[in-house]
Amino acid sequence: MSNTVKSAALMGAVAAALTLSAPMAQAQEKEKCFGVALAGQNDCAAGPGTTCAGTSKVDYQGNAWSLVDAGTCMEIDLPAMADGSARMGALEALDRDLPQS
Amino acid sequence: MTQRAFHQALLDARRPVPPALTDGAGRPAGRRYAVYRNNVAVSLTEALASGFPACAALLGEANFARVAGRFLRQHPPATPVILHYGAQFPAFLDGLDGLARLPFLADVARLELALRRAYHAADAPPVAPEALAALSAPALSAARLRLAPAVQLVRAPWPIAEIRAYALGQTARKPQGGAQEVIVLRPGYDPAAHVLPARGHVFVSALQAGMALASASLQGGPGFDPTDTLALLLAHGAITRIDTGEPA
Repeated sequence: MSNTVKSAALMGAVAAALTLSAPMAQAQEKEKCFGVALAGQNDCAAGPGTTCAGTSKVDYQGNAWSLVDAGTCMEIDLPAMADGSARMGALEALDRDLPQS
Repeated sequence: MTQRAFHQALLDARRPVPPALTDGAGRPAGRRYAVYRNNVAVSLTEALASGFPACAALLGEANFARVAGRFLRQHPPATPVILHYGAQFPAFLDGLDGLARLPFLADVARLELALRRAYHAADAPPVAPEALAALSAPALSAARLRLAPAVQLVRAPWPIAEIRAYALGQTARKPQGGAQEVIVLRPGYDPAAHVLPARGHVFVSALQAGMALASASLQGGPGFDPTDTLALLLAHGAITRIDTGEPA
């Protein structure tokens, strides 16, 4: 295969990759969803020596977040609050369900 | 008593409690030393469990604690910074007897370590994908793509990405299939594991080694098409510079 043909194939591959990557990049856009993680289950890849993963002390802790697909934050079903009112996720930190300090 | 004796006995219960340790009232402080000894082992075990959550889930709490206990005594932390503690854990698991039921464990540990390294890697803003398309054919062939420091490759004879996701309860689907080439990419701050298309591993390794795009593509062998791998890199902001050999 000549060099011309090879570089033409490469041009084609890059063009196709661009087309393919646009929806992929959109699909992986996440939003931080506060108040839906179970105790110790909030997402964080930092590992040991940090205060990040697994530090939420109570279930559905309002200031701990987990990554969910963008747009699904408000749809996650959560058990109702103790007083029977609906418990919803939110896109910002909540002040309910905080651990007793 | 030397600091060395104090330190050595910390992780080796067969060594005697360092003599001349006393409590506030001047009595031997053997029990206090035992508490300290235990705290060191427990905290390092917890550090390993938070660094290797899928391995911990696969082994179960009691088994993981036993494996971690052996590891931390052979490989105590080399620095006071615990962020990267456990770098030798995968190789340690390779050499461990009694894991025949979980032959993939060491490779799952490699993936978990790669995710952690990606998390702590330096930030690097990606190039606009269009910049690649704007190059002429010869410039494209000769271009060297600089990848983000967070990009990590893991190759294993098992479906490690699925095994990890299953172990962490992220999917109910039982892992299937065989060998897998996985790439860890970190758009923004959150690393994620992606399965590479066939032979994508050699292609990305060649790019990381600084090979020009055309030569790196040839590394994939006859018929290798870099499209899907390039799309993956572009979509996750993994390309941070396009070096065309001309002054920018």
